[in-house]
Amino acid sequence: MSRTTARVGPMTATPGPVPALDVDAMLDDPKQRIIVCCGSGGVGKTTTAASIALRAAERGRKVVVLTIDPARRLAQSMGIEALDNTPRPVPGVASTGSTSGGSLDAMMLDMKRTFDEVVESQASPEKAQQILNNPFYIAVSSSFAGTQEYMAMEKLGQLDKDARASGRWDLIVVDTPPSRSALDFLDAPERLSSFLDGKFMKLLLAPARGPAKLMTAGFGLVTKAVTTIIGGQVLNDMQAFVSAFDTLFGGFRQRAQRTFELLQAEGTSFLVVAAPEPDALREAAYFVERLSAEKMPLAGLVVNRASTDPGGDLTAAAAMSGYEKLRDAEDDVTRMAAGLLRLHADRKLIVERESRLRSRFATAHPRVRTVVLPALPTDVHDLDGLRRIGDLLSHGTEPQG
Amino acid sequence: MAEPAPASDFPGVQLHIVTGKGGTGKSTVAASLALALASRGKTVLLCEVEGRQGIAQLFDVPPLPYEERLLARATEKDHGNVYALAIDAESALLEYLAMYYRLGRAGKALDRFGVIDFATTIAPGVRDVLLTGKVYEAAQRNSRNKNARTYDAIVLDAPPTGRITQFLNVNNELAGLAKVGPIKAQADTVTTLLRSSRTAVHLVTVLEEMPVQETVDGVNELRSAGMPVGGVVVNLVRPQDLDEPAREQLLAGSVDTKALGKALTSAGVKAPMSMVPTLVAEGRDHAERRRLEDSQRSLVEEIGVPTYELPQLAGGADLAGLYELAAELIEQGLA
Repeated sequence: MSRTTARVGPMTATPGPVPALDVDAMLDDPKQRIIVCCGSGGVGKTTTAASIALRAAERGRKVVVLTIDPARRLAQSMGIEALDNTPRPVPGVASTGSTSGGSLDAMMLDMKRTFDEVVESQASPEKAQQILNNPFYIAVSSSFAGTQEYMAMEKLGQLDKDARASGRWDLIVVDTPPSRSALDFLDAPERLSSFLDGKFMKLLLAPARGPAKLMTAGFGLVTKAVTTIIGGQVLNDMQAFVSAFDTLFGGFRQRAQRTFELLQAEGTSFLVVAAPEPDALREAAYFVERLSAEKMPLAGLVVNRASTDPGGDLTAAAAMSGYEKLRDAEDDVTRMAAGLLRLHADRKLIVERESRLRSRFATAHPRVRTVVLPALPTDVHDLDGLRRIGDLLSHGTEPQG
Repeated sequence: MAEPAPASDFPGVQLHIVTGKGGTGKSTVAASLALALASRGKTVLLCEVEGRQGIAQLFDVPPLPYEERLLARATEKDHGNVYALAIDAESALLEYLAMYYRLGRAGKALDRFGVIDFATTIAPGVRDVLLTGKVYEAAQRNSRNKNARTYDAIVLDAPPTGRITQFLNVNNELAGLAKVGPIKAQADTVTTLLRSSRTAVHLVTVLEEMPVQETVDGVNELRSAGMPVGGVVVNLVRPQDLDEPAREQLLAGSVDTKALGKALTSAGVKAPMSMVPTLVAEGRDHAERRRLEDSQRSLVEEIGVPTYELPQLAGGADLAGLYELAAELIEQGLA
């Protein structure tokens, strides 16, 4: 994606170390009520969200974590393989001694169900049914680009309301949908609003609202074109959907607006998750700048899957030249030495590249608190794995700038 | 056009669709595949549809417009050129309307009334029909698009594995919505091409649990939707410099460290004995990961389609890296 807005940040580099992100301080702060984990797809958002939620629970917080699309085995180990849109207690959370009182509930977002519930809560049963059965609604609620993001927001709003009313939770951790761009999450309510306020929607409603003189000339033309291209039946379905939905629009827009405000409120923090790759860090930079523009609080950056420096004084170049000398050897141990030197050279190069990428991010965004997590040899699919990530998050490798 | 000498596994395929989980390097593989096909003498179009400008970034050129641009010109006589196109739904719709309906005034009115915006962002499925429709148009040029270049091969850098079947199965997406009408007819023709033997969907993965699981699921979904699955490209494969006995020793902790130190001395490594523990630790870490990779590799093999392996490039997938990977793809027969 190329940049569509101006850069946001200081105009000159500030030398000095990258500030470290103190995850435990954040989790222990009772004013902290919502943590949103965001970032581009494939960087480990879900695992980060689950690890943070578990750690907070085991430090005494009453936590609910909203996951979007967890890996099957991770979902199973958290007891949420059934996608039923309801938070359920995660078995095996150890909250004892001084940290007793903590708990962890988890849920997986069911996009369509959430949408249906909103409709049901906003309309009379008869009207709700009419909307739920409309082919156009079915398509929009299950595949409209952005529905998942919007419904994640909607669910967050519901959980927050529920938490305040019942006291069941004092911390909500949210995973965001695996979209191409991390910004999609923030843009979803706006996109929905502009859809609902769109000229075309008004146009579809126009006949139902009586003659709109200014529009009629264009309307005939447009209706004809739309009918030609997508067919009259679709247009009819759309019109039926829009008129049935009309009275709900206001409610929808208000809810989206409220959730957006919730994200700006004190007690909300964003954790931007990235991998040490150019694309992921570029997305992270966009997101960091966007949060600052929206006055939304950024807690920090989690750099996942970093390669760790193997240590030793042997440079990549020296290791490579050693490898060249030994590579054609016959005996096993020399061949092993050659292989190890090659590995070392590769590792050093990768570490250098990643650290260069991170330091470039830090130069442009010097105030972003950062924690760097080493790549783990295995995937995480149980609570122990999540605990291990949680430990690393709190005592992770010092960020190098 | 010179016929390719070494055999390709997909000689009859014109449309190569490349998908993969985020972070597996699908755009890199798509770009390399385009280069590889061109080196076989084909005129190639490399398309992207996600508005990411990934091609421009990979090839270090300015952002691509909605226009076929020369991306890589061949110097070898028997190689073809690579062109690039960034497809966006809005431009595709306006072009489609102009091409098929000659909607002069109405086209403008549609835009003014927000219909274009509506159709491309909100109306479900329409966006995907427009994107795949443009790919179809490039694959099967007709008389409406005068003087357009024809391509021997098209490589589509497609949406990720989790969304690929929905993206390609445009008919299904529209079903229940548009049962008749021109857009339905358009979707039908596109589907015919996508389901034919002229198309292959390749999936890019890395040897980790989640991406492999997603690849297995993706293949099953594609198959049940009747889409032709091509190959699985295993990307970012670790260097294979340590053979199995060496890895066993490293895992068992039974490495002869003295002999290793001696070998390092002969390689000219300074302070070789001090490097031994570091290197052995790195080696053990590597052996552990390789073991996990092997178990994932056997899952990939069980899918039952041709697989290709691309190495992890220590310097990252830069422009030079693309050409290395392209050579690798030719050698292994994906192109």
